[in-house]
Amino acid sequence: MIPVAFGYHRPETLDEALALLGELGDEAKVLAGGHSLIPMMKLRLAAPLAVVDVGRLHSLRYVRDGGDHLAIGALTRHHDLETDSLVAQRVPVLRSVAHLVGDPQVRHRGTLGGTLAHADPAGDLAAVAVALDATIVVAGTTGRREVPAGDLATGYFETTLAPEEMIVEIKVPYAEAGEYQKFTRRAQDWAVVGSLAVRSRGTLRVALVNMGATTIRATAVEAALAEGTSAAEAAVEATVGTSPVGDLAGSAEYRQHLARVLTERALLAVERSERR
Amino acid sequence: MQLEITVNGRRYHHDVEPRTLLIHHLRDQLGLTGANVGCDTSSCGACTVLLDGASVKSCTMLALQADGATITTVEGLADGEIPHPVQAAFRANHALQCGFCTPGMVMASVSLLAENPHPDADEVRTALEGNLCRCTGYHNIVRAVLDAAAQGGAE
Ligand SMILES: Cc1cc2nc3c(=O)[nH]c(=O)nc-3n(C[C@H](O)[C@H](O)[C@H](O)COP(=O)(O)OP(=O)(O)OC[C@H]3O[C@@H](n4cnc5c(N)ncnc54)[C@H](O)[C@@H]3O)c2cc1C
Ligand code: FES
Ligand code: FES
Repeated sequence: MIPVAFGYHRPETLDEALALLGELGDEAKVLAGGHSLIPMMKLRLAAPLAVVDVGRLHSLRYVRDGGDHLAIGALTRHHDLETDSLVAQRVPVLRSVAHLVGDPQVRHRGTLGGTLAHADPAGDLAAVAVALDATIVVAGTTGRREVPAGDLATGYFETTLAPEEMIVEIKVPYAEAGEYQKFTRRAQDWAVVGSLAVRSRGTLRVALVNMGATTIRATAVEAALAEGTSAAEAAVEATVGTSPVGDLAGSAEYRQHLARVLTERALLAVERSERR
Repeated sequence: MQLEITVNGRRYHHDVEPRTLLIHHLRDQLGLTGANVGCDTSSCGACTVLLDGASVKSCTMLALQADGATITTVEGLADGEIPHPVQAAFRANHALQCGFCTPGMVMASVSLLAENPHPDADEVRTALEGNLCRCTGYHNIVRAVLDAAAQGGAE
């Protein structure tokens, strides 16, 4: 399968990219790692008139220490997150989540900005951004704005990004112990359900993958934990506010069961690593 | 649009249509038919090549995204008549049946050994999760990669 014909643009700088996006408006799609967009274009689920390939914007591929957070360039690849020493030290759970995305070939190409902009509720890395209250830095022709990670996605593959905007950086607060439980049917698959528990700034935070139209913060679990409830009891709350779909990988009820089980496992793993 | 890439040490210049996928450019334009197309969904890994040393699925990239890059396909691994250590290990361990997945398996293995020269069996299995073998010869494939590592296949 090959994509429908499109106009191809390859800016060399961010300003050039933003000017192009401004000009082309909703005719254009940003092409970052291409590992969501190209599969969709091949299957003709997407047929943009123009593609703005930002692969040359090497200055957007970095991990920098911001003192209490990591500033990560939007074009940082999943494989960079797996291997970067600052990530391992400051947000270790980001490294382990990155390692579970797709397969090595996918991780060599896919980018953090791309996965967040794509807003697939089954995406793994958004769980880290949402649980930790990361800040998404968005640039457009008229300047920059910051969006809390939890407010970026508004529904399945829908975000608050305007067509002429680009994610340029993700600010991820430092985190301590964390655990991501990803349930898949086969090794390289997307999560049927995922649950991430991570401690940061003193509190335990929990995010759920593929339990609704967006990545969901399990606030009921967090509230129960804050009151001193055990991991097992708090995990029962994992289905509050969720609206999973049923599909070939599992029914909605099965997903709710998984959310509870995986959340308990994730919480217990965090407890264990903190006792060490 | 103009595309310039280096494949297996040779530089190529072509005018390509933007929607041309890298795999089709390699196979149809350059005549390098080692990498295969095994699926439409970026799942099988039969099309795996090295892009600046790292494994990628060439069916999930535009050829133009590789402009200026250095690509290695399975045709570029051997040193003349002497097979690459990973190729030799695949042969010695009967790591192929029909051979359709083999170019992709070999390239994914070369990429793994470049990053991790001494993987254990679990690490090999995890690293090959993006490569499917319809003949299901996984045990021998894992054996071959471990064998190649033991023989210093990373070089
Ligand atoms: C076989 C396979 C398995 C996979 N398995 C998983 C998995 O298990 N878990 C998982 O989380 N993901 C998985 N993925 C998806 C992968 O992580 C993608 O790389 C990721 O979802 C998209 O990132 P990208 O850089 O490739 O984005 P692209 O495909 O380039 O873009 C995706 C969308 O985001 C937009 N976009 C990209 N960058 C920006 C930006 N900086 N600003 C604004 N908009 C932007 C594009 O216009 C497009 O709409 C898999 C992909 C494949 C092919
Ligand atoms: S042809 Fe199947 S992954 Fe590329
Ligand atoms: S040897 Fe036949 S597909 Fe792997």
